[in-house]
Amino acid sequence: MTDAAIHETVDASSDAAFASQQDILTEMDAVSQDYSERSAEFEDETMPRLDYPPYRASILRHPTKDLHHADPETIELFAPVFGHHEVAELESDLTVQHHGEPIGERIVITGRVTDGDGRPVRRQLVEIWQANAAGRYVHKRDQHPAPIDQNFTGLGRALTDHHGNYRFTTIKPGPYPWNNHHNAWRPAHVHFSLFGREFTQRMVTQMYFPGDPLFALDPIYQSIVDPKARERLVASYDHSVTEHEWCTGYRWDIVLTGSQRTVREEEVAP
Amino acid sequence: MSLLVATPGQTAGPFFGFALPYDGDSDLVRPDHPHAVRLHGTVLDGHGSPVPDALLEIWQADADGNISREPGSLRRDGDTFTGWGRAATDDAGHFSFTTVEPGPADDGSAPFFAMTILARGVLNRLFTRIYVPGTAGLATDALLTSVPEDRRGTLIARRDRDGLVFDVILQGERETVFLRYPGT
Repeated sequence: MTDAAIHETVDASSDAAFASQQDILTEMDAVSQDYSERSAEFEDETMPRLDYPPYRASILRHPTKDLHHADPETIELFAPVFGHHEVAELESDLTVQHHGEPIGERIVITGRVTDGDGRPVRRQLVEIWQANAAGRYVHKRDQHPAPIDQNFTGLGRALTDHHGNYRFTTIKPGPYPWNNHHNAWRPAHVHFSLFGREFTQRMVTQMYFPGDPLFALDPIYQSIVDPKARERLVASYDHSVTEHEWCTGYRWDIVLTGSQRTVREEEVAP
Repeated sequence: MSLLVATPGQTAGPFFGFALPYDGDSDLVRPDHPHAVRLHGTVLDGHGSPVPDALLEIWQADADGNISREPGSLRRDGDTFTGWGRAATDDAGHFSFTTVEPGPADDGSAPFFAMTILARGVLNRLFTRIYVPGTAGLATDALLTSVPEDRRGTLIARRDRDGLVFDVILQGERETVFLRYPGT
């Protein structure tokens, strides 16, 4: 059997993993067209759809019932506290965690974390994880045949400062293939885990790099159906962050909305 | 209404296992703590299959109902109760925390664990509450009474020999009630 014939057989068995990129594009276009036609009737969507079939793994893992409205109470009005004794300064530099220098493009990613009213999220935990420059994760389930870099784990932690600023030094991750459909590739991204001023602001997301040609093809990025909303995940190149003969710089600010109880005086004081 | 628009969430994907879990993440108290209980369960998808790549977090008051303002969840000293923990599911979709049951708040409302659910295939973090069976205030709790009676049970743990069992059912007939807070 020729390769093409094998592909046809697999496609005919209609395993979702073997949809073509064109099939996925057609599905994504239909959702996007429906959204833009009906956008006048609703407020702009700011979050990803939980039910987004072009991302195959969401099909059996999205709630089918509406999220239930909850007025935050007691514990939900507070966030866990993290301290400098448990997050070492060096954890924010992903290029110095091993004996040698990792391969790839050294970059700084920095920005400010605020709540929806623009108040800084102070001394709060930011965790990042990512693939290396070749698009390979150290995770044992990652089977992509790209080299592992002995000098790069791809895990960072930092606490925001008094103004809500964070800063990581790392290596620009590569795009990588995944099995959502045939010839599926994720745009290069860095995963971010964020805590806010309240439990209700907990957020996990992905930061992307400007101008990535894979944006239009990627069902995870496109699951945020509003174009303005998904662009909020794209960092900007910032030459004032770039350092002479050392690294390039990206800026990405993060807004964590939700609840925003009245702030008590002692929390405002420095 | 917020001044600023929220940054969207995205799925945690399949590869957080080397990054987010850490030693002691799910042990809010030592197993030999006099009031230690196990809070455990299984995460299931719409076919009833276990979800082996989920990450759950809990945030809770202590046994007296006090909310901890102490750091130390990432490097536990064994004595400080920080109120926060994290547990990845295993290959059978099972997770387990070692903790204490949260005590009632000052206003006497029913205590609960606040829970966040992350997983490959879950495009934005999910929130829920885990109420403790048999505690005062359950019958009059504002959130529970706002949930249709036939789904209320999905928010209340059940007891077993070791403590509390709470399954997270992402989809289907017995789907867990997931929450949306104002402004999110």
